[in-house]
Amino acid sequence: MSEPRTDAKICGMGHSMKRKEDPRFIRGQGRYIDDFTLPGMLYMDIVRSPHAHARIKKINTARALKIPGVLAVIDGPTLAKYNLHWMPTISADTQMVLPIDEVMYQAQEVCAVIATERYIAADGVDAVEVEYEPLPVMVDPHKSLAPGAPVLRKDKEGKKDNLAFHWQAGDKADAERALAASDVVISENVYLPRIHVASMETCGCIADFDTAQGKLTVYMTTQAPHAVRTVFALVAGHVGLSEEKIRIVSPDIGGGFGGKVPVYPGYVIAVAASVVIGKPIKWIEDRMENLQADSFARDYHMKVELGAKRDGTMTSLKIKTVADHGYANASANPSKFPTGLFSICTGSYDLKHAFCEVDAAYTHKPPGGVAYRCSFRVTEAVHAIERATDALAQKLNMDPAELRMKNFIKPEQFPYKSVLGWEYDSGNYGVALKKAMDIIGYDALRREQAEKRKKGDLMGIGISSFTEIVGAGPSRDFDILGIKMFDSAEIRVHPTGKAIARFGTKSQGQGHETTYAQIVAEELGIPAAHVQVEEGDTDTAPYGLGTYASRSTPTSGAACALAARKIRDKAKKIAAHLLEVSEQDLDWEPGKFFVKGAPQMAKTIQECAFAAYTNHPQGMEAGLEAVHYYDPPNLTFPFGSYICVVDIDRGTGDVKVRRFVAVDDCGNIINPMIVEGQIHGGLTQGIGPALYEEISYDDEGNISGGSFLDYYVPTALETPHWETDKTTTPSPHHPFGAKGVGESATVGAPPAIANAVVRKSASGRIRVATAMTTTMRTIERPAGEPV
Amino acid sequence: MAKHKISVTINGAAREAEVESRLLLVHLIREVFRMTGTHVGCDTSHCGACTVVLDGNPVKSCTVLAVQADGAKITTVEGLEQGGKLHPVQEGFTEKHGLQCGFCTPGMLMTTSALLERNKNPSEQQIREAISGNLCRCTGYVNIVKAVQYAAEKMR
Repeated sequence: MSEPRTDAKICGMGHSMKRKEDPRFIRGQGRYIDDFTLPGMLYMDIVRSPHAHARIKKINTARALKIPGVLAVIDGPTLAKYNLHWMPTISADTQMVLPIDEVMYQAQEVCAVIATERYIAADGVDAVEVEYEPLPVMVDPHKSLAPGAPVLRKDKEGKKDNLAFHWQAGDKADAERALAASDVVISENVYLPRIHVASMETCGCIADFDTAQGKLTVYMTTQAPHAVRTVFALVAGHVGLSEEKIRIVSPDIGGGFGGKVPVYPGYVIAVAASVVIGKPIKWIEDRMENLQADSFARDYHMKVELGAKRDGTMTSLKIKTVADHGYANASANPSKFPTGLFSICTGSYDLKHAFCEVDAAYTHKPPGGVAYRCSFRVTEAVHAIERATDALAQKLNMDPAELRMKNFIKPEQFPYKSVLGWEYDSGNYGVALKKAMDIIGYDALRREQAEKRKKGDLMGIGISSFTEIVGAGPSRDFDILGIKMFDSAEIRVHPTGKAIARFGTKSQGQGHETTYAQIVAEELGIPAAHVQVEEGDTDTAPYGLGTYASRSTPTSGAACALAARKIRDKAKKIAAHLLEVSEQDLDWEPGKFFVKGAPQMAKTIQECAFAAYTNHPQGMEAGLEAVHYYDPPNLTFPFGSYICVVDIDRGTGDVKVRRFVAVDDCGNIINPMIVEGQIHGGLTQGIGPALYEEISYDDEGNISGGSFLDYYVPTALETPHWETDKTTTPSPHHPFGAKGVGESATVGAPPAIANAVVRKSASGRIRVATAMTTTMRTIERPAGEPV
Repeated sequence: MAKHKISVTINGAAREAEVESRLLLVHLIREVFRMTGTHVGCDTSHCGACTVVLDGNPVKSCTVLAVQADGAKITTVEGLEQGGKLHPVQEGFTEKHGLQCGFCTPGMLMTTSALLERNKNPSEQQIREAISGNLCRCTGYVNIVKAVQYAAEKMR
């Protein structure tokens, strides 16, 4: 779809409509969680463990409770009275809400102070005295999985090792046979470090239990309000919380990126405190708590083997991964696969043999991980195959672009069934790569690079041709605690032709108030300006699973179009009634029905809406509204090719991104301005982990990267001027041909940077870029070490 | 804890408050004056979400004590719009899609409006340097740069 079908007044799909949410944000009138104050509200602050592993000998609260304004200290034994000291994770594991006797990671919640004011709660935290007996710490996932390692999860009866789970996909023997028969095989150790979403707003909530009505309202930073409501009902049903008496409100959210999917202990403690005390309890994390204790992302140690024929035809792929999950598997992973969509690791290439496996280890680190701007483990999969592809190109002495072109799944092969079981809906990979090469001037850059190399200057050119897999469901493969991954839309058209639309998703900056309105405008011809979009209040919005995994457009967007089409079908009956013709005599153009051959005989959608309440046909129900729950038949498979040029200072190892061209294909686009914005942001979150961001631990389990002092989020100075373009390959199964786009760039960008920076030299040494914290010692590393 | 009586002019209005010595300016603004447009993002003065203009200079209000602002003239994001007319930077951020989640936006607006008071025609590099103490996790900065250029053009 190139040109919009609607005019600027209607502002349907394809218009770069200015965002409807902006007027409040630019005036400082956004309403984020910490902006709410309820009458009688108390404040909660959390005491956290300085040790990565320790026995709690004693918690002395006397000094804290003497401070005027400190009302209570809630600890593990308090919650144990209500059997709320442990909770299930989304991934069939368990984690502590508050500990009884042992802490398992640094910054773990130990107890919570309730006070009348924010500052007094903090005073209370300082005054709580906890006696610890430090215990041995396990930080290395490889050592954790080694035979004879001390068992971390002693709470699990009969557990004899630290394996959180093992998972594999593909035929191992077949992949190994094909590797053995290959002319060349490369082997790369690829490590994606532990990182954090670091949304600008931290997490928090106000839990408000109304003792008179027995109703709990939780205002909280969640990307999935309905799922949270059901989880609360399931987890706390035994203390009397029933789902019809729980309301979750997700207000304006200052960035989510997957980090606001999990239910953290702090939320649960605040809810318990409000139920017990009968007053609203506000809990807002500070940045250190956010970085140190909330779910991490990545932390995948991958060994990647890729085989090929002499001519460059890829033959077989094998990946073995050790995944560091911290002390609990709290993966915010809504699929039936414990490693999410990692088996997309054959990428954009027509591989006939492949096998991948993951061993997940428990360590003394915070639990996780989250699908940080990625449909869970897609970033890791794409990084593995794209790094391996470049290593293969170097081994074959072949241009990496040429090697990709040779191995791409061809346009005529779609829908394409991958050897690891996915059905790619559509793609046209060569066109995107060619476009990126043309924009950046690829051949000239390679010539410049060759000249520079002669002089000893370090200049890198990196390519990434990624395939994404987004938009969960379909429900056969995706659920949260059994709740299927559909999503929803409800549209009501008012008598005056204006509409309200509500959804089961929840925007965190993606611009849903604008884009959903544009979908309604496209389908019904009601100007987008006249469509009020609401999300995030479980008392009013239809049930849905929330916004993450680039699923809003593929699921709720689809539901929106289909609900609108139901409304259009009814409006057509009304138009036929008003015009006294049969439905078959009517044609539609955005905004009105007209009689075929007599276009002056027409009824606008607004006239039909008015008649739906004032003059509807005998026997027809009044009103003009519809709801739709959409379970997608398949995922969507956006893709793209990114090329970057970097200049590396030989002395300092500093990497400067000179140019970065991103060509993306997300099918038909609702709002080009917003899509470009999503790409820009994703690219920036792509260079972050590639060059600057890392959370690491010393042998004692002490975190580095636990504040913005040493967790280095890219600023405007490191971030290059992004150059973007697109190709358009509509999804064949989505109602308006769209694919999710929110995560493409986060997934696609890191290997482009890595491929520009990493290169084996003739001596077998490799240059690597890593997080800024380690750059100084890693300009050169022996081959074989993780990159 | 001892309290101090302070007076400030905030967005043109004279206000007084009795505050503890330790109260941060950002909490004076958010919790005493109940203007919640100024946000807290990091507590270590790295992110700039709390930026306000204090006597003409952009400052991170999480790192200023309320008592230090006694007698000062403060402008927050709520004070940018004048007589129903948006400040050019507010217009620019909307026109150029310089915001997504909106959390860093008030700080960005205060930093860039202060920049344009000092420099009517900043280069791209000068804009990037000016906002390098304000983190944005959503936009990738390119559209923020364009928004400031748009505003500079309007103000010339």
